[in-house]
Amino acid sequence: MPGEISAQALFGQLLLGLINGSFYALLSLGLAIIFGLLNVINFAHGALYTLGAFIGWAVLHYAGIGYWPALIVAPLAVGALGIVVERTLLQRLYRLDPLYNLLLTFGLALIIQGLLQTRFGSSGEPYEIPALLKGVKDLGFMVLPVYRGWVTVVSLVVCLTTWFVTERTKLGSYLRAATENPALVQAFGINVPRMVTMTYGLGVALAAFAGVLAAPIYRVSPGMGAEMIIVVFAVVVIGGMGSIMGSIVTGFALGLIEALTKVFYPAASSTVVFALMAVVLLVRPAGLFGKAT
Amino acid sequence: MTGANRIWRTDHAVFAAMIGLLVLAPLVSYPVLLMKGMCLALFACAFNLLIGYAGLLSFGHAMFLGGAGYAAAHAAKVWQLPPELAIVFGTAVAASLGAVVGWLAIRRQGIYFAMITLGLAQMVYFFCLQSGFTHGEDGIQGVPRGALLGIVDLDDSAVMYGFVLAVFSLGFAIIYRVIHSPFGAVLTAIRENEPRAISLGYNTDHYKLIAFVLSAALSGTAGATKALVFQVASLTDVHWTMSGEVVLMTLIGGLGRFTGPVAGAFVIIAIEKYFGESGGKIVVAQGVVFAICVLAFRQGIMGKLSAALNRPL
Amino acid sequence: MSTHPRKRLAEHSMVASLLAAALAVAPACKKTAPASDHRDGTAAATGGNKITIGVLTDMSGLYADLAGAGSVVAAQMAIDDMGGKVAGMAIEIVSGDHQNKADIGSNIAREWYDTKGVDVIVDVPTSSVALAVSELTRSKNKVFLASGPGSADLTGKSCSPNTIHWTYDTWALANATGREIVKHGGDSWFFLAADYAFGTALERDVTRVVEASGGKVLGGVKHPLNAPDFSSFLLQAQSSGAKIVGLANAGGDTINAIKQAAEFGIVAKGQKLAGLLVFISDVNALGLDAAQGLILSEAFYWDRDDNTRGWSKAFAARHDGKMPTMVHAGVYSAVLHYLKAIAELKAAGDGKAVVAKMEALPTDDRLFGKGTIDPNGRKRHAMYVYEVKAPGDSKAKWDYYKLIREVPADQAFRAPADSACPLVAK
Repeated sequence: MPGEISAQALFGQLLLGLINGSFYALLSLGLAIIFGLLNVINFAHGALYTLGAFIGWAVLHYAGIGYWPALIVAPLAVGALGIVVERTLLQRLYRLDPLYNLLLTFGLALIIQGLLQTRFGSSGEPYEIPALLKGVKDLGFMVLPVYRGWVTVVSLVVCLTTWFVTERTKLGSYLRAATENPALVQAFGINVPRMVTMTYGLGVALAAFAGVLAAPIYRVSPGMGAEMIIVVFAVVVIGGMGSIMGSIVTGFALGLIEALTKVFYPAASSTVVFALMAVVLLVRPAGLFGKAT
Repeated sequence: MTGANRIWRTDHAVFAAMIGLLVLAPLVSYPVLLMKGMCLALFACAFNLLIGYAGLLSFGHAMFLGGAGYAAAHAAKVWQLPPELAIVFGTAVAASLGAVVGWLAIRRQGIYFAMITLGLAQMVYFFCLQSGFTHGEDGIQGVPRGALLGIVDLDDSAVMYGFVLAVFSLGFAIIYRVIHSPFGAVLTAIRENEPRAISLGYNTDHYKLIAFVLSAALSGTAGATKALVFQVASLTDVHWTMSGEVVLMTLIGGLGRFTGPVAGAFVIIAIEKYFGESGGKIVVAQGVVFAICVLAFRQGIMGKLSAALNRPL
Repeated sequence: MSTHPRKRLAEHSMVASLLAAALAVAPACKKTAPASDHRDGTAAATGGNKITIGVLTDMSGLYADLAGAGSVVAAQMAIDDMGGKVAGMAIEIVSGDHQNKADIGSNIAREWYDTKGVDVIVDVPTSSVALAVSELTRSKNKVFLASGPGSADLTGKSCSPNTIHWTYDTWALANATGREIVKHGGDSWFFLAADYAFGTALERDVTRVVEASGGKVLGGVKHPLNAPDFSSFLLQAQSSGAKIVGLANAGGDTINAIKQAAEFGIVAKGQKLAGLLVFISDVNALGLDAAQGLILSEAFYWDRDDNTRGWSKAFAARHDGKMPTMVHAGVYSAVLHYLKAIAELKAAGDGKAVVAKMEALPTDDRLFGKGTIDPNGRKRHAMYVYEVKAPGDSKAKWDYYKLIREVPADQAFRAPADSACPLVAK
């Protein structure tokens, strides 16, 4: 019965929440990077996550390429697509109101999702958990599927690596400088447009990576991104739209909050993130970790 | 006779011609489709009031369309209200919701404003999904059209068409009047340069809120009428994809163009008809139109034609 | 001349908008049938000397595999088996995609009845659309053969003299699955229910059956619709210790729940899953690895006997090698019986009369055998309770089910007297 739960079971639920949080963190990381440098609100992020999952399925189905190589192949493919999109389409709109880019990426999301839906229908395709990661581990207070543990670990690693690169390396400092003053950075001889393009490619590659991670446990279906993307937007807004650490922390935190809501008040578990977002926007509009502009 | 008077009469003549076209249209096209078009056109015009004239992009306008639809359906079916009262009730519900949402959202600008409206719209969606009176996925079925003012039977398709046309014209006229008024001029000023408007002494938040409530109320009228036309209130109209569709309609027609949304709404209807055998293809078509409009066609249909017909401004 | 640029702009844009509106509407235009007037209530004349069957289904969404294009194939097979004509009239098929939305579905149905001379609408998976179409069909006095939807209200409080509910309904599923499982020792239940009207109703129906059969419901949890992640709910199901985890949801939610239950080893650890609305197309999408051990009920299985096998193989040849679901079988059976009724009546214009004839004639076809139709529009036939095979026991693709029990027709569906249908004399 909701509300009555032992400490043991509660730990189990929180751990599950953390695992879900790792998807939120990965996806919002990509969004935050793209917004931070390009000032583009990438509505296509969910569709590209879905595309990543489908590419993972397709390379298995048509070329026998398994899960492990797919983790590299899908992000590369989607990253390349992202680079093309940025070069040919997004670049034209930078001088305009950022809302136009939001609308363009919304249109792209519809195109990708519609094409997948036309080709695959809506019930989705099966994708098995790779043999190495099957099975469960008994942790005492719950049984944890090995695959889910793997997902959490790899997400944490990827998130922290990305944070480290952007905040603590020279390349990252170029990126951050370019956000604030692209003309000056360009004057220093750094190819800013190319950096911008690569950043978009990286951001969407992260989405595709999350897609492949999700394929074995969520359903590989054309709609999988659409449901996620709104929640991920809320995460990014709460965390602070350009803040890398903000999105990582908020992503994991939201997973935990959702888990608690599911235990004590399940009916609200879909809306708790929006309520939080509205509150944060009213009280601290730059987000919890964002810089006030 | 001054030039301004002559233009004013021209506007009226054009308005009358549009109504005339809509009166004749059912002879060549399926009336129910046209009624849907008119409801969506009113919705898009109301949305355009906000984005085209006040410069506020709301990404959650479906909550007013669908929320009013549920309210009106419930009023007509369960409380047995006559259709005109059901629509008034729906409009009132949408206006109140608009006041609350607007008050919360106006505090922020640009993308944050859009995000707040999106988030609140999601909450309305889930409320509609889980609430008892909406019957969740089933929606409210078998909504009676009733008798207008107790005497005119709306079950007759032709009579219903006339009623919807009247509602649409009234809504359209209200929006026209609002835009071509001092209030509308202040809105445009706020859109062009808000700090300057503030420095001129206008309480911009006040104006934005009123515009928001008006837009919500008229969206509600469109939604309530739509529920009566189809005799169903369903979750489709509160889902966020509907919010996206109204942005698309306005974009196609031309943001801030006065009659743009009307054209945009009918183009969307045409797309749905053309690609009707497959839902996936409709989505792709919409996405392509979206992308093309944003990249190359930002003026919309109206803008391009206006530019072609206009003398230099 | 006015020097006010804005007013001139408005004037020109209005003219332009008229043109644009006209251009936009023109391609979508359809001449209304000359004989029709604008009154919705009267029965429009049928399109002359032919019967038009409308297959209204979900072509691209969640139910595209269990219904969708396969339903059109099934309807065509029924027409072919009748020789392509009935009572001297040619038979035509139209099809449409309602995308699981009540307003789109009722719009298409309305247009079909008003402008295309459609006499009968078949299929319509998704109960909300079916209820809307049923209402519309009654007001236009046509025929609705509901093969796809599940809501028992179609023969209950929303019953209609123009509608026959063909293949299955939630009451029959709850009855067959619930009762059988309890009889086989599954006497403690935990529900995973989708948090909306359908899920709640399904949970309530099955709870009633379980408790009436001597079982106990230990608890339940509601999950949001289209939830991608069931892990926390499955954890609760596991810790409840119930022998059976009942899935009161449908479509993607069911598939996700089953897949993740396999991941958590729920079945491996001794609990069993009861799918309360699962079709063979779902099992195919899941794969036997994830779905093995699942208990479900269907009205039709392609491999049940020689008759069903023969028909199904012919169906698969016309449908990408995919075997038919019970919905497809229902479409075939319903259209066949409809055509037989028309053959006797020699006319198709009066929907109520056609349905009355269909109810008067006993049904008989290769797929459901002999059956009857109750006065509230409920088609009666046996229901079958199956268990999904383990991968090792399956010898070929689509060899998925092991029969546990057959529920005879008289017990499988709710008695008309209990249905709260106003058409049934008490």
